[in-house]
Amino acid sequence: MKKRVITLMLACLFFISASITFAGVARPLAEDPVLEARLKAMSHELRCLVCQNQTLADSDAPLAEDLRKEIRSQMREGKSDQEVIDYLVARYGDFVRYRPPVNNSTALLWFGPFLLLLIGGFVLYRTLKKQASGEKFEAED
Amino acid sequence: MSKKLKLLIPFFLFLIAVGFLFKGLFLNPREVPSPLVGKQAPKFQAPVLAINGAGETGKTFTSDEMKGQVWLLNVWASWCVACREEHPLLMEMAKTGKITTYGLDYKDTDAEAQQMLVAMGNPYNKVITDIDGKIGIDYGVYGVPETYLIDKQGLIRYKHTGPLTPEVLLTKIVPLLNELQQ
Repeated sequence: MKKRVITLMLACLFFISASITFAGVARPLAEDPVLEARLKAMSHELRCLVCQNQTLADSDAPLAEDLRKEIRSQMREGKSDQEVIDYLVARYGDFVRYRPPVNNSTALLWFGPFLLLLIGGFVLYRTLKKQASGEKFEAED
Repeated sequence: MSKKLKLLIPFFLFLIAVGFLFKGLFLNPREVPSPLVGKQAPKFQAPVLAINGAGETGKTFTSDEMKGQVWLLNVWASWCVACREEHPLLMEMAKTGKITTYGLDYKDTDAEAQQMLVAMGNPYNKVITDIDGKIGIDYGVYGVPETYLIDKQGLIRYKHTGPLTPEVLLTKIVPLLNELQQ
């Protein structure tokens, strides 16, 4: 009797764990895993325009789903990653890319930090020089 | 530079930062400038939505039909709440008879779209259906409602994202429309 109960419990446990593992497994991979990997890599680089702080990969918005579908079908047609990105930029602008391209309107964004570093370095240099020449006591009173 | 003035430098820097942040309060981060403005409007061909059982069932619209006209393309859907918000304004515009407005019914079902237009009135000269949202992608639609002003040569001259307001209409669209129609 006891043995039967244990067997039953084990069987139950087996089925439960089996269903859990099945739930954990992703939906069957599309026919072309290479293409899916490309899509995945690319959609991490693209912004979902509906929920702007999410990538296309993370977003569940219907538009993101449509765009992933569109990218997939273009990749299937044999377009390169760059061609697909150009296609999206032509429609949604540079904003669709998570890495802003270097151009006139983003120059400050890209080079601003270096500019600040230069200014900071200059100020530091001057201050240190002043201190070295014994002026620091004078500045304090 | 005197010492007192030097002490004020951080304060002035602070004021500049405040100025920038204050300006930021009035910017709309959802408004993404469209790269399509000034470019040829994407061509499309799609079924026309029949309204009130008019003889439009099964007809197809081609964007080439609009060559030589200045027109508005209003992207909307019956499921879109903001579209209902701007609908009365579209109706007002339609009443003046001065603006040709075509509706692009974005990712909607025909039945629900028809239902909404029957209930709230139809401001459109024609409604074109975009069931899978493909035309929407070509136009860079990311949030309905969106409105495009297209000129006689088929160039997109202006895009507005979000519900139209009387202010946008009077200060942006109408002046541009008058200019383009000449």
